[in-house]
Amino acid sequence: MPLPEGLYGLMAEFESPTDLVHAAKQAHRAGYRRMDCYTPYPVEEAAEAIGFHRDEVSLVCLLGGLLGLAAMFGLETWISLWAFPLNIAGRPYYSWPAFVIPAYEWTILWAGLSAAFGMLALCGLPKPYHPVFNAPNFRNGATTDKFFLCLESTDPKFDAAEARSFLEAQKPISVVEVEY
Amino acid sequence: MATKDAPVNNPMVDPVTGEYRVIAPGHTFKSVTETVSRIVLTSHTPIGWFFGFALAGGFVMMLLVALTWLFLKGPGIWAVTIPVAWGFAIINFVWWIGIGHAGTLISAILLLFKQGWRNSINRFAEAMTIFAVVCAGLFPLIHIGRPWLGYWLFPYPNSMDYWPQFRSPLLWDVFAVSTYATISVVFWYIGMIPDLGTLRDRAQSKFAQFFYGLLSVGWRGSVRHWVRYETASLLLAGLATPLVLSVHSVISLDFAVALLPGWHTTIFPPYFVAGAIYSGFAMVLTLAIPIRTFYHLEDLITIRHIDNCGKVMLATGMVVAYGYSTEVFMAWYSASHWEYFMMWNRMFGPMGWSYWVLITCNIALPQLMWLRKFRSNVGLMFLMSLIVNTGMWFERFVIVVTSLTRDYLPSSWGTYRATKWDYATFAGTLGLFTFLFFLFVRFLPMIPMSELRLMLPQAKVKEKHEPLPEAGD
Repeated sequence: MPLPEGLYGLMAEFESPTDLVHAAKQAHRAGYRRMDCYTPYPVEEAAEAIGFHRDEVSLVCLLGGLLGLAAMFGLETWISLWAFPLNIAGRPYYSWPAFVIPAYEWTILWAGLSAAFGMLALCGLPKPYHPVFNAPNFRNGATTDKFFLCLESTDPKFDAAEARSFLEAQKPISVVEVEY
Repeated sequence: MATKDAPVNNPMVDPVTGEYRVIAPGHTFKSVTETVSRIVLTSHTPIGWFFGFALAGGFVMMLLVALTWLFLKGPGIWAVTIPVAWGFAIINFVWWIGIGHAGTLISAILLLFKQGWRNSINRFAEAMTIFAVVCAGLFPLIHIGRPWLGYWLFPYPNSMDYWPQFRSPLLWDVFAVSTYATISVVFWYIGMIPDLGTLRDRAQSKFAQFFYGLLSVGWRGSVRHWVRYETASLLLAGLATPLVLSVHSVISLDFAVALLPGWHTTIFPPYFVAGAIYSGFAMVLTLAIPIRTFYHLEDLITIRHIDNCGKVMLATGMVVAYGYSTEVFMAWYSASHWEYFMMWNRMFGPMGWSYWVLITCNIALPQLMWLRKFRSNVGLMFLMSLIVNTGMWFERFVIVVTSLTRDYLPSSWGTYRATKWDYATFAGTLGLFTFLFFLFVRFLPMIPMSELRLMLPQAKVKEKHEPLPEAGD
């Protein structure tokens, strides 16, 4: 796949989360869909504003947990009944109450690993390079104290001049072009 | 109630609620970011850091010497023998794991309860957890005698056609502790990614940009990512909560499943968990108080935090006291001669002094924390944290040693006197813990900046009054 070239989008910088959320709501109402907000801490209202309501992390976590549970309980049962049966003080080979504890731990282990790595995978991370880092003011503010809204050029409604005048109407600190 | 004690003009007291503030007033997103990130990104490491690091490093060297000698000679260099086959190694293991538990409690349980004050201290409490688990995990490994065969504990296909025995609490420990270590590291790292992104963007040197860039996995603060990140954090907190309760319960089963008087008791799981949190909060204070003074973080780690830690210690200390009283009561109520003798021996036997040290350190002296004046005195709280940590170490000493030295038949009784190698190994792990902590405060953000920003009043999205135009779609 050839590297994309040209304009990635237009990036507006805002001073406060309130301004950002307001602008994001306006953009959504104006029909923009391919856009993203960048904030130095979680701003749930901004995600709502751009129409992002549901994430699949919980589902991944649940599946991982069930897999861990089944894997460890199955392993314990297989070992104790078939692979290596041991008579421990006359207790039954299938001592399921004792098997619950390692199975419980593995449920948590796999659910936790799935939640963490599932979250990264759903976010498309690790991704050391991303066009938004090309915006000259982005790295100075996005992870410290400024709030950004980026309208992306892949949006069917995107038109560079129109998008710029739309963003400038939202009273940002600045609007800059973001190149790939 | 609170305004009565605190001076009215104290800027650290909220005039509306009368409570101590969590963060000093007047901070901005930028100022909290700079306060935290300058500690890491400075090119001038404070001279005190080198001094402390070198001292801790000296203890790590001692640990390495002690371990080398142990691997050459075997566990016979320790005082462990029959009847006390579980000496310092298990005492220290249980003590260190317990210390770790407060970190998980602060990061997970207090997150679920929406206790905003935890945000300043959760990162280094989690680091404390990880380093404590590192020290804890070392002990069973070196106690097994042939540590190079430690992987036999795990179920894996092997040419001996051998598999582990899943009915033993000692094997449950392997899964509990390894899961705990893994989840703690993952929770810590995931929580740190946004802050690593901040450090990447603020770093001046090429190397630091590369290093933090690599660690931050390209975090760019997209709100879509934040939503998933928040879900993952909540899920990890929700998972870590039952995990932390299970870990010390499983460890207590190592004792409770045995038939030894003093060990064979059902109170152990809850009482071990409460004791773990108790000692862990004490360790949080032992670390937080010098750090806030040394790095001038009084604005972010405030009296409120110290006060709250004191309250948690008081509460968990009372649970521990209840555990001790239950042990005494059950020794009498069981009408078992062995239990009765065990309790008498614990209090007045040859090692009775250790029981009274534990009662003094864990129950008597901490009652001072009922006083608000005491809880808001930084120096006294530091002293109290050391006292509680000592007391909790002695609790494990009493449980392990006095129970084992005198069990049933007087002919099988013995005694226990730790050797210099026991002490060197224990002190060495204290050094290792401190050593890792020094590295942590120097190279990683010890206070979560993104969570501090969230706590500032300006972080809230306000309603705009101008009406939005009618939706066009």
